[in-house]
Amino acid sequence: MVLEGDVSAISAPGQFINIQLDGLYLRRPISVCDLTEDTVTIIYKLVGKGTEMMSEMKPGKALDVLTGLGNGYDLTLIPEDATVLLIGGGVGVPPMYLLAKKLLASGRKVTVVLGFNSECDVFFEEEFKALGVDIRVATADGTYGTKGFVTDVLPESYDYFCTCGPTPMLKAVYVATESDGQMSFEERMCSGFGACMGCTCKTITGYKRICKDGPVMRKGEILW
Amino acid sequence: MVNRTKVSLCGIEMDNPVIPASGTFGFGYEFAEIYDINCLGTFSFKGTTKEPRFGNPTPRIAECSSGMLNAVGLQNPGVDAVIAEELPKLAKCFHKPVMANVSGFGVEEYVYTCEKLDKEPQVGWLEVNISCPNVHGGGMSFGTDPAAAAEVVRAVKAVTTKPVIIKLTPNVTDIVAIAKACEEAGADAISLINTLLGMRIDLRKKAPLIANTTGGFSGPAVFPVAVRCVYQVASAVSIPVIGIGGVSSAEDVIEMMMAGATAVEVGAANLVNPFACRDIINDLPAAMDKYGIDNLADIIGAAHK
Repeated sequence: MVLEGDVSAISAPGQFINIQLDGLYLRRPISVCDLTEDTVTIIYKLVGKGTEMMSEMKPGKALDVLTGLGNGYDLTLIPEDATVLLIGGGVGVPPMYLLAKKLLASGRKVTVVLGFNSECDVFFEEEFKALGVDIRVATADGTYGTKGFVTDVLPESYDYFCTCGPTPMLKAVYVATESDGQMSFEERMCSGFGACMGCTCKTITGYKRICKDGPVMRKGEILW
Repeated sequence: MVNRTKVSLCGIEMDNPVIPASGTFGFGYEFAEIYDINCLGTFSFKGTTKEPRFGNPTPRIAECSSGMLNAVGLQNPGVDAVIAEELPKLAKCFHKPVMANVSGFGVEEYVYTCEKLDKEPQVGWLEVNISCPNVHGGGMSFGTDPAAAAEVVRAVKAVTTKPVIIKLTPNVTDIVAIAKACEEAGADAISLINTLLGMRIDLRKKAPLIANTTGGFSGPAVFPVAVRCVYQVASAVSIPVIGIGGVSSAEDVIEMMMAGATAVEVGAANLVNPFACRDIINDLPAAMDKYGIDNLADIIGAAHK
Protein backbone atom coordinates (compact mmCIF):
# COMPACT_ATOMS: atom_id res chain seq x y z
CA MET A 1 0.00 0.00 0.00
CA VAL A 2 1.31 3.45 -0.94
CA LEU A 3 0.32 6.32 1.34
CA GLU A 4 0.66 9.93 0.25
CA GLY A 5 1.17 12.74 2.73
CA ASP A 6 3.69 14.41 5.01
CA VAL A 7 6.44 11.84 5.50
CA SER A 8 9.03 14.31 6.75
CA ALA A 9 9.10 12.70 10.21
CA ILE A 10 10.50 9.46 8.80
CA SER A 11 14.26 9.75 9.06
CA ALA A 12 15.69 6.22 8.96
CA PRO A 13 14.99 2.80 7.45
CA GLY A 14 13.53 0.48 10.08
CA GLN A 15 11.14 3.07 11.50
CA PHE A 16 7.42 2.34 11.47
CA ILE A 17 4.07 4.05 11.12
CA ASN A 18 0.94 3.48 13.25
CA ILE A 19 -2.36 3.44 11.40
CA GLN A 20 -5.80 4.18 12.86
CA LEU A 21 -8.55 2.04 11.31
CA ASP A 22 -12.27 2.73 11.58
CA GLY A 23 -13.90 0.71 14.34
CA LEU A 24 -10.70 -0.80 15.71
CA TYR A 25 -9.44 0.58 19.00
CA LEU A 26 -5.66 0.31 18.74
CA ARG A 27 -3.55 1.53 15.84
CA ARG A 28 -1.73 -0.95 13.58
CA PRO A 29 2.07 -0.57 13.58
CA ILE A 30 3.60 -1.37 10.17
CA SER A 31 7.22 -0.96 9.09
CA VAL A 32 8.29 1.40 6.32
CA CYS A 33 9.28 -0.46 3.15
CA ASP A 34 10.02 2.45 0.83
CA LEU A 35 9.94 6.21 0.92
CA THR A 36 9.85 9.14 -1.50
CA GLU A 37 9.46 12.86 -0.81
CA ASP A 38 5.73 12.53 -0.28
CA THR A 39 4.86 8.84 -0.19
CA VAL A 40 5.52 5.90 2.06
CA THR A 41 5.12 2.29 0.92
CA ILE A 42 4.10 -0.41 3.38
CA ILE A 43 3.68 -4.14 2.87
CA TYR A 44 1.45 -6.07 5.24
CA LYS A 45 0.41 -9.68 5.65
CA LEU A 46 -3.27 -10.57 6.04
CA VAL A 47 -3.36 -11.79 9.62
CA GLY A 48 -6.48 -10.34 11.19
CA LYS A 49 -9.24 -7.76 11.19
CA GLY A 50 -6.98 -4.76 10.70
CA THR A 51 -5.02 -6.00 7.72
CA GLU A 52 -8.25 -7.38 6.22
CA MET A 53 -9.75 -3.88 6.39
CA MET A 54 -6.64 -2.44 4.81
CA SER A 55 -6.83 -4.94 1.95
CA GLU A 56 -10.36 -3.75 1.15
CA MET A 57 -9.52 -0.05 1.05
CA LYS A 58 -10.02 1.89 -2.17
CA PRO A 59 -7.49 4.37 -3.55
CA GLY A 60 -8.15 7.90 -2.30
CA LYS A 61 -9.20 6.95 1.24
CA ALA A 62 -7.79 9.23 3.95
CA LEU A 63 -6.09 7.59 6.93
CA ASP A 64 -5.02 8.91 10.34
CA VAL A 65 -1.38 7.84 10.58
CA LEU A 66 1.39 8.56 13.09
CA THR A 67 4.69 8.53 11.18
CA GLY A 68 8.37 8.41 11.96
CA LEU A 69 7.99 6.21 15.02
CA GLY A 70 10.83 4.33 16.66
CA ASN A 71 14.56 4.27 16.11
CA GLY A 72 15.53 2.79 12.76
CA TYR A 73 18.82 1.34 11.57
CA ASP A 74 21.75 3.59 12.41
CA LEU A 75 23.91 3.75 9.28
CA THR A 76 26.61 5.70 11.10
CA LEU A 77 27.47 2.53 13.03
CA ILE A 78 28.21 0.62 9.83
CA PRO A 79 31.78 0.85 8.44
CA GLU A 80 31.85 2.87 5.22
CA ASP A 81 33.43 0.20 3.04
CA ALA A 82 31.51 -2.69 4.58
CA THR A 83 29.72 -5.50 2.80
CA VAL A 84 26.41 -5.53 4.67
CA LEU A 85 24.28 -8.64 5.00
CA LEU A 86 20.56 -7.91 5.20
CA ILE A 87 18.42 -10.74 6.61
CA GLY A 88 14.64 -10.46 6.40
CA GLY A 89 12.10 -13.04 7.51
CA GLY A 90 8.44 -12.89 6.48
CA VAL A 91 6.94 -9.53 7.45
CA GLY A 92 10.47 -8.53 8.43
CA VAL A 93 11.42 -8.33 4.74
CA PRO A 94 9.93 -4.89 3.87
CA PRO A 95 12.21 -2.69 6.01
CA MET A 96 15.22 -4.37 4.40
CA TYR A 97 14.26 -2.78 1.09
CA LEU A 98 14.63 0.87 2.08
CA LEU A 99 17.70 -0.08 4.09
CA ALA A 100 19.25 -1.76 1.02
CA LYS A 101 18.61 1.35 -1.07
CA LYS A 102 20.18 3.64 1.55
CA LEU A 103 23.22 1.39 1.96
CA LEU A 104 23.76 1.13 -1.80
CA ALA A 105 23.37 4.90 -2.15
CA SER A 106 26.10 5.32 0.46
CA GLY A 107 28.46 3.13 -1.58
CA ARG A 108 28.36 0.04 0.63
CA LYS A 109 27.98 -3.47 -0.79
CA VAL A 110 24.79 -5.36 0.06
CA THR A 111 23.89 -9.05 0.18
CA VAL A 112 20.30 -10.00 0.93
CA VAL A 113 18.96 -13.19 2.54
CA LEU A 114 15.20 -13.65 2.71
CA GLY A 115 13.31 -16.38 4.57
CA PHE A 116 9.69 -17.45 4.18
CA ASN A 117 7.52 -20.37 5.24
CA SER A 118 6.56 -21.51 1.77
CA GLU A 119 6.65 -20.57 -1.93
CA CYS A 120 3.26 -18.82 -1.67
CA ASP A 121 4.68 -16.46 0.98
CA VAL A 122 7.64 -15.29 -1.09
CA PHE A 123 7.52 -11.63 -2.09
CA PHE A 124 9.80 -8.77 -3.14
CA GLU A 125 12.56 -10.98 -4.54
CA GLU A 126 12.31 -9.20 -7.91
CA GLU A 127 12.41 -5.75 -6.31
CA PHE A 128 15.63 -6.63 -4.52
CA LYS A 129 17.08 -8.10 -7.71
CA ALA A 130 16.27 -4.84 -9.48
CA LEU A 131 18.58 -3.10 -7.02
CA GLY A 132 21.36 -5.30 -8.35
CA VAL A 133 22.17 -7.01 -5.08
CA ASP A 134 23.19 -10.62 -4.46
CA ILE A 135 20.11 -12.36 -3.07
CA ARG A 136 19.43 -15.78 -1.51
CA VAL A 137 16.03 -17.17 -0.54
CA ALA A 138 15.15 -19.98 1.87
CA THR A 139 11.75 -21.51 2.55
CA ALA A 140 11.03 -23.66 5.59
CA ASP A 141 9.23 -26.29 3.53
CA GLY A 142 11.66 -26.21 0.61
CA THR A 143 9.01 -25.27 -1.98
CA TYR A 144 11.17 -22.35 -3.17
CA GLY A 145 14.87 -21.57 -2.99
CA THR A 146 16.91 -23.50 -0.47
CA LYS A 147 15.02 -25.66 2.03
CA GLY A 148 15.64 -24.40 5.50
CA PHE A 149 15.98 -21.13 7.40
CA VAL A 150 17.84 -17.91 6.68
CA THR A 151 20.71 -19.21 8.77
CA ASP A 152 21.15 -22.09 6.29
CA VAL A 153 21.97 -19.73 3.41
CA LEU A 154 24.17 -17.10 5.06
CA PRO A 155 27.16 -16.13 2.87
CA GLU A 156 30.66 -16.85 4.12
CA SER A 157 31.90 -13.34 4.03
CA TYR A 158 30.32 -10.10 5.20
CA ASP A 159 31.39 -7.33 7.57
CA TYR A 160 28.15 -6.33 9.23
CA PHE A 161 24.52 -7.46 9.33
CA CYS A 162 21.06 -5.95 9.76
CA THR A 163 18.00 -8.10 10.33
CA CYS A 164 14.26 -7.98 10.95
CA GLY A 165 11.88 -10.88 11.52
CA PRO A 166 10.15 -13.05 14.11
CA THR A 167 11.96 -13.48 17.42
CA PRO A 168 13.00 -17.15 16.88
CA MET A 169 14.68 -16.10 13.63
CA LEU A 170 16.44 -13.19 15.32
CA LYS A 171 17.76 -15.56 17.99
CA ALA A 172 19.08 -17.95 15.33
CA VAL A 173 20.70 -15.05 13.43
CA TYR A 174 22.24 -13.76 16.65
CA VAL A 175 23.93 -17.12 17.19
CA ALA A 176 24.90 -17.73 13.54
CA THR A 177 26.54 -14.35 12.89
CA GLU A 178 30.00 -13.40 14.05
CA SER A 179 30.05 -9.78 12.96
CA ASP A 180 28.44 -6.83 14.70
CA GLY A 181 24.92 -5.97 13.61
CA GLN A 182 21.54 -4.42 14.29
CA MET A 183 18.29 -6.30 14.87
CA SER A 184 14.69 -5.10 14.66
CA PHE A 185 12.13 -6.58 17.04
CA GLU A 186 8.39 -7.13 16.85
CA GLU A 187 5.97 -6.84 19.78
CA ARG A 188 2.33 -6.03 20.42
CA MET A 189 2.18 -2.26 20.82
CA CYS A 190 -0.40 0.37 21.44
CA SER A 191 0.72 3.99 21.39
CA GLY A 192 3.86 3.37 19.35
CA PHE A 193 5.60 6.32 21.02
CA GLY A 194 6.59 4.95 24.40
CA ALA A 195 3.67 6.00 26.58
CA CYS A 196 2.32 2.72 27.91
CA MET A 197 5.36 0.49 28.54
CA GLY A 198 3.47 -2.35 26.87
CA CYS A 199 6.41 -3.57 24.79
CA THR A 200 9.37 -3.34 27.18
CA CYS A 201 12.28 -5.76 26.91
CA LYS A 202 15.44 -6.22 28.99
CA THR A 203 18.75 -5.24 27.40
CA ILE A 204 22.34 -5.02 28.58
CA THR A 205 21.89 -1.25 28.79
CA GLY A 206 18.63 -1.46 30.76
CA TYR A 207 14.93 -1.75 30.03
CA LYS A 208 13.97 -0.60 26.56
CA ARG A 209 10.61 0.03 24.92
CA ILE A 210 10.58 -1.72 21.57
CA CYS A 211 8.33 1.00 20.09
CA LYS A 212 10.30 4.04 21.27
CA ASP A 213 13.87 2.91 22.06
CA GLY A 214 13.67 0.22 19.34
CA PRO A 215 12.48 -1.46 17.26
CA VAL A 216 16.09 -1.62 16.05
CA MET A 217 18.69 -2.52 18.68
CA ARG A 218 22.40 -3.17 18.49
CA LYS A 219 23.42 -6.82 18.66
CA GLY A 220 25.69 -6.07 21.59
CA GLU A 221 22.90 -4.77 23.82
CA ILE A 222 20.49 -7.68 23.39
CA LEU A 223 19.62 -10.04 26.23
CA TRP A 224 17.65 -13.16 25.32
CA MET B 1 -11.17 36.86 30.81
CA VAL B 2 -12.91 34.43 33.10
CA ASN B 3 -11.66 30.85 32.85
CA ARG B 4 -14.87 28.87 32.47
CA THR B 5 -13.18 25.49 32.77
CA LYS B 6 -11.29 25.96 36.03
CA VAL B 7 -11.90 23.67 38.99
CA SER B 8 -10.38 23.36 42.43
CA LEU B 9 -9.15 19.96 43.56
CA CYS B 10 -8.39 19.69 47.29
CA GLY B 11 -7.60 23.39 47.40
CA ILE B 12 -5.37 23.49 44.32
CA GLU B 13 -6.72 25.47 41.37
CA MET B 14 -6.60 23.76 37.99
CA ASP B 15 -7.11 25.51 34.63
CA ASN B 16 -9.36 22.65 33.61
CA PRO B 17 -10.38 19.26 35.02
CA VAL B 18 -8.52 17.17 32.44
CA ILE B 19 -5.81 14.87 33.85
CA PRO B 20 -3.99 12.19 31.83
CA ALA B 21 -4.25 9.03 33.91
CA SER B 22 -1.29 7.23 35.39
CA GLY B 23 0.33 4.64 33.15
CA THR B 24 -0.81 6.28 29.92
CA PHE B 25 1.39 9.37 30.02
CA GLY B 26 4.75 8.18 31.32
CA PHE B 27 6.50 11.06 33.06
CA GLY B 28 5.11 13.51 30.54
CA TYR B 29 8.09 14.22 28.31
CA GLU B 30 7.16 11.82 25.48
CA PHE B 31 4.05 13.95 25.08
CA ALA B 32 5.90 17.22 25.67
CA GLU B 33 7.81 16.43 22.46
CA ILE B 34 4.58 16.75 20.47
CA TYR B 35 2.53 19.41 22.30
CA ASP B 36 2.79 21.85 25.19
CA ILE B 37 1.54 19.75 28.09
CA ASN B 38 1.04 22.87 30.20
CA CYS B 39 -2.46 23.05 28.72
CA LEU B 40 -3.40 20.13 31.00
CA GLY B 41 -5.13 20.55 34.36
CA THR B 42 -2.33 18.36 35.66
CA PHE B 43 -1.27 14.77 34.97
CA SER B 44 -0.82 11.66 37.07
CA PHE B 45 2.61 10.23 36.47
CA LYS B 46 3.61 6.60 35.98
CA GLY B 47 2.81 4.46 39.05
CA THR B 48 5.87 4.58 41.29
CA THR B 49 6.98 1.96 43.80
CA LYS B 50 9.71 1.81 46.44
CA GLU B 51 11.96 -0.45 44.36
CA PRO B 52 12.49 -0.40 40.55
CA ARG B 53 10.22 -2.83 38.71
CA PHE B 54 10.50 -4.43 35.28
CA GLY B 55 6.83 -5.42 35.32
CA ASN B 56 5.26 -8.42 33.63
CA PRO B 57 6.52 -10.45 30.66
CA THR B 58 5.21 -9.51 27.19
CA PRO B 59 2.75 -9.59 25.51
CA ARG B 60 1.31 -7.05 27.93
CA ILE B 61 -1.30 -5.59 25.57
CA ALA B 62 -4.38 -6.98 23.85
CA GLU B 63 -6.99 -5.18 21.83
CA CYS B 64 -10.71 -5.52 22.60
CA SER B 65 -13.89 -4.06 21.14
CA SER B 66 -13.84 -0.38 22.12
CA GLY B 67 -10.93 -0.85 24.44
CA MET B 68 -7.83 -2.74 25.44
CA LEU B 69 -6.32 -5.00 28.06
CA ASN B 70 -3.01 -4.19 29.67
CA ALA B 71 -0.87 -6.09 32.13
CA VAL B 72 2.19 -3.88 32.27
CA GLY B 73 2.64 -4.66 35.96
CA LEU B 74 3.84 -1.31 37.29
CA GLN B 75 7.11 -1.02 35.39
CA ASN B 76 8.89 1.98 36.88
CA PRO B 77 12.42 2.98 37.92
CA GLY B 78 11.62 3.17 41.64
CA VAL B 79 11.00 6.25 43.75
CA ASP B 80 14.64 7.27 44.17
CA ALA B 81 15.23 7.35 40.40
CA VAL B 82 11.91 9.10 39.86
CA ILE B 83 13.02 11.88 42.20
CA ALA B 84 16.61 12.01 40.94
CA GLU B 85 15.97 11.68 37.20
CA GLU B 86 12.34 11.88 36.09
CA LEU B 87 11.16 14.88 38.10
CA PRO B 88 14.06 17.16 37.04
CA LYS B 89 13.37 16.24 33.39
CA LEU B 90 9.68 16.92 33.93
CA ALA B 91 10.42 20.31 35.51
CA LYS B 92 11.74 21.50 32.17
CA CYS B 93 8.49 20.85 30.31
CA PHE B 94 5.70 21.03 32.92
CA HIS B 95 5.27 23.98 35.23
CA LYS B 96 2.18 23.05 37.23
CA PRO B 97 1.76 20.86 40.31
CA VAL B 98 1.86 17.22 39.18
CA MET B 99 -0.04 14.28 40.62
CA ALA B 100 2.31 11.62 42.00
CA ASN B 101 0.91 8.13 41.55
CA VAL B 102 2.13 5.61 44.11
CA SER B 103 1.79 1.83 44.31
CA GLY B 104 3.02 -0.67 46.83
CA PHE B 105 3.08 -4.23 48.08
CA GLY B 106 2.68 -3.48 51.75
CA VAL B 107 1.60 -0.59 53.96
CA GLU B 108 5.20 0.29 54.80
CA GLU B 109 6.04 0.56 51.06
CA TYR B 110 3.19 2.97 50.41
CA VAL B 111 4.36 4.99 53.41
CA TYR B 112 7.99 5.02 52.27
CA THR B 113 7.21 6.14 48.72
CA CYS B 114 4.53 8.68 49.66
CA GLU B 115 6.69 10.25 52.35
CA LYS B 116 9.50 10.81 49.83
CA LEU B 117 7.30 12.16 47.04
CA ASP B 118 5.39 14.39 49.47
CA LYS B 119 8.60 16.38 49.99
CA GLU B 120 9.02 17.14 46.28
CA PRO B 121 7.91 20.71 45.51
CA GLN B 122 6.63 19.70 42.04
CA VAL B 123 4.14 17.27 43.57
CA GLY B 124 0.71 18.77 44.19
CA TRP B 125 -1.25 15.66 45.09
CA LEU B 126 -0.47 12.05 45.95
CA GLU B 127 -2.66 9.53 44.18
CA VAL B 128 -2.36 6.23 46.01
CA ASN B 129 -3.17 3.26 43.80
CA ILE B 130 -4.70 0.48 45.87
CA SER B 131 -6.28 -1.01 42.79
CA CYS B 132 -3.71 -2.35 40.31
CA PRO B 133 -5.09 -5.65 39.01
CA ASN B 134 -1.82 -6.72 37.38
CA VAL B 135 0.46 -7.39 40.32
CA HIS B 136 0.36 -10.10 42.91
CA GLY B 137 0.50 -9.72 46.65
CA GLY B 138 -0.24 -6.00 46.71
CA GLY B 139 -1.99 -3.41 44.65
CA MET B 140 -5.60 -4.42 44.36
CA SER B 141 -5.63 -6.56 47.50
CA PHE B 142 -5.66 -3.33 49.52
CA GLY B 143 -8.49 -1.90 47.48
CA THR B 144 -10.90 -4.80 47.85
CA ASP B 145 -11.27 -4.67 51.63
CA PRO B 146 -12.50 -1.59 53.52
CA ALA B 147 -10.31 -2.25 56.56
CA ALA B 148 -7.13 -2.79 54.50
CA ALA B 149 -7.87 0.31 52.42
CA ALA B 150 -8.38 2.39 55.56
CA GLU B 151 -5.11 1.12 57.00
CA VAL B 152 -3.18 2.36 53.94
CA VAL B 153 -4.92 5.73 54.09
CA ARG B 154 -4.21 6.27 57.79
CA ALA B 155 -0.58 5.24 57.43
CA VAL B 156 0.03 7.50 54.41
CA LYS B 157 -1.82 10.46 55.91
CA ALA B 158 0.34 10.19 59.03
CA VAL B 159 3.53 10.94 57.06
CA THR B 160 2.33 13.36 54.37
CA THR B 161 1.22 16.97 54.10
CA LYS B 162 -0.23 17.07 50.59
CA PRO B 163 -3.72 15.98 49.53
CA VAL B 164 -3.98 12.19 49.40
CA ILE B 165 -6.22 10.76 46.68
CA ILE B 166 -7.07 7.07 46.89
CA LYS B 167 -7.53 5.30 43.55
CA LEU B 168 -10.12 2.53 43.74
CA THR B 169 -10.81 -0.62 41.78
CA PRO B 170 -14.24 -1.49 40.37
CA ASN B 171 -13.49 -5.19 40.91
CA VAL B 172 -15.40 -5.28 44.20
CA THR B 173 -18.89 -6.08 45.41
CA ASP B 174 -19.46 -2.67 46.99
CA ILE B 175 -17.20 0.18 45.90
CA VAL B 176 -19.15 2.63 48.10
CA ALA B 177 -18.14 0.79 51.29
CA ILE B 178 -14.45 1.05 50.32
CA ALA B 179 -14.79 4.74 49.43
CA LYS B 180 -16.48 5.51 52.74
CA ALA B 181 -13.80 3.61 54.66
CA CYS B 182 -11.13 5.72 52.90
CA GLU B 183 -12.98 8.95 53.69
CA GLU B 184 -13.34 8.01 57.34
CA ALA B 185 -9.63 7.16 57.51
CA GLY B 186 -8.76 10.66 56.29
CA ALA B 187 -8.47 10.47 52.49
CA ASP B 188 -8.71 13.89 50.84
CA ALA B 189 -10.25 12.59 47.62
CA ILE B 190 -11.21 9.41 45.79
CA SER B 191 -10.32 8.59 42.18
CA LEU B 192 -12.07 5.83 40.30
CA ILE B 193 -12.15 3.55 38.44
CA ASN B 194 -8.97 1.61 37.81
CA THR B 195 -9.25 -1.03 35.08
CA LEU B 196 -11.68 -3.94 35.11
CA LEU B 197 -10.08 -7.36 35.34
CA GLY B 198 -10.37 -9.00 31.94
CA MET B 199 -8.95 -11.68 29.66
CA ARG B 200 -8.65 -12.57 25.97
CA ILE B 201 -7.67 -15.86 24.34
CA ASP B 202 -5.66 -16.37 21.14
CA LEU B 203 -7.82 -18.78 19.13
CA ARG B 204 -4.88 -20.07 17.06
CA LYS B 205 -2.64 -20.74 20.04
CA LYS B 206 -5.50 -21.76 22.36
CA ALA B 207 -3.80 -19.70 25.04
CA PRO B 208 -4.26 -16.35 26.80
CA LEU B 209 -3.28 -13.37 24.64
CA ILE B 210 -1.56 -11.74 27.58
CA ALA B 211 1.45 -13.38 29.22
CA ASN B 212 0.05 -12.53 32.66
CA THR B 213 -3.17 -14.41 31.65
CA THR B 214 -5.39 -11.56 32.85
CA GLY B 215 -5.15 -7.83 32.36
CA GLY B 216 -6.96 -4.60 33.13
CA PHE B 217 -9.69 -3.60 30.68
CA SER B 218 -9.93 0.08 29.78
CA GLY B 219 -11.21 2.27 26.96
CA PRO B 220 -14.61 3.64 25.90
CA ALA B 221 -16.31 0.30 26.68
CA VAL B 222 -15.86 0.84 30.45
CA PHE B 223 -17.19 4.43 30.45
CA PRO B 224 -20.75 3.55 31.63
CA VAL B 225 -19.36 1.42 34.46
CA ALA B 226 -17.14 4.32 35.51
CA VAL B 227 -19.98 6.84 35.39
CA ARG B 228 -22.09 4.54 37.58
CA CYS B 229 -19.27 4.09 40.13
CA VAL B 230 -18.57 7.83 40.24
CA TYR B 231 -22.29 8.57 40.73
CA GLN B 232 -22.61 6.03 43.56
CA VAL B 233 -19.46 7.11 45.37
CA ALA B 234 -20.15 10.83 44.93
CA SER B 235 -23.56 10.26 46.59
CA ALA B 236 -21.96 8.61 49.58
CA VAL B 237 -18.89 10.72 50.39
CA SER B 238 -18.33 14.42 50.89
CA ILE B 239 -14.71 14.53 49.68
CA PRO B 240 -13.99 15.23 45.97
CA VAL B 241 -14.20 12.43 43.45
CA ILE B 242 -12.06 12.14 40.31
CA GLY B 243 -13.78 10.27 37.48
CA ILE B 244 -11.69 7.83 35.43
CA GLY B 245 -12.66 5.23 32.85
CA GLY B 246 -13.08 5.39 29.10
CA VAL B 247 -13.19 9.19 28.86
CA SER B 248 -12.47 10.15 25.25
CA SER B 249 -14.25 13.44 24.53
CA ALA B 250 -15.28 16.78 26.03
CA GLU B 251 -18.83 15.39 26.33
CA ASP B 252 -17.50 12.47 28.37
CA VAL B 253 -15.78 14.94 30.71
CA ILE B 254 -19.06 16.81 31.20
CA GLU B 255 -20.94 13.55 31.82
CA MET B 256 -18.42 12.44 34.45
CA MET B 257 -18.69 15.81 36.18
CA MET B 258 -22.48 15.65 36.20
CA ALA B 259 -22.11 12.21 37.83
CA GLY B 260 -20.16 13.91 40.61
CA ALA B 261 -16.55 14.21 39.47
CA THR B 262 -14.59 17.33 40.40
CA ALA B 263 -11.88 16.38 37.89
CA VAL B 264 -11.56 13.75 35.20
CA GLU B 265 -8.71 11.47 34.21
CA VAL B 266 -8.18 10.34 30.63
CA GLY B 267 -6.36 7.04 30.17
CA ALA B 268 -6.43 4.71 27.19
CA ALA B 269 -7.38 7.53 24.80
CA ASN B 270 -3.83 8.91 25.12
CA LEU B 271 -2.46 5.67 23.70
CA VAL B 272 -4.63 5.83 20.60
CA ASN B 273 -4.41 9.55 19.94
CA PRO B 274 -1.40 11.28 21.49
CA PHE B 275 -3.27 14.59 21.23
CA ALA B 276 -6.39 13.25 23.00
CA CYS B 277 -6.12 15.42 26.14
CA ARG B 278 -5.17 18.57 24.26
CA ASP B 279 -8.12 18.02 21.88
CA ILE B 280 -10.56 17.40 24.75
CA ILE B 281 -9.43 20.62 26.47
CA ASN B 282 -9.80 22.58 23.23
CA ASP B 283 -13.27 21.10 22.65
CA LEU B 284 -14.57 21.86 26.16
CA PRO B 285 -15.82 25.45 25.63
CA ALA B 286 -17.89 24.52 22.56
CA ALA B 287 -19.32 21.46 24.32
CA MET B 288 -20.19 23.64 27.33
CA ASP B 289 -21.97 26.12 25.07
CA LYS B 290 -23.92 23.31 23.47
CA TYR B 291 -25.30 22.22 26.85
CA GLY B 292 -25.76 25.72 28.28
CA ILE B 293 -22.94 25.43 30.83
CA ASP B 294 -21.36 28.74 31.89
CA ASN B 295 -18.76 27.30 34.28
CA LEU B 296 -17.68 23.68 34.48
CA ALA B 297 -17.44 23.81 38.27
CA ASP B 298 -21.21 24.49 38.42
CA ILE B 299 -22.13 21.08 37.01
CA ILE B 300 -20.23 18.89 39.46
CA GLY B 301 -22.83 16.39 40.68
CA ALA B 302 -25.62 18.01 38.65
CA ALA B 303 -27.17 14.62 37.91
CA HIS B 304 -27.81 13.98 41.59
CA LYS B 305 -31.39 14.84 42.49
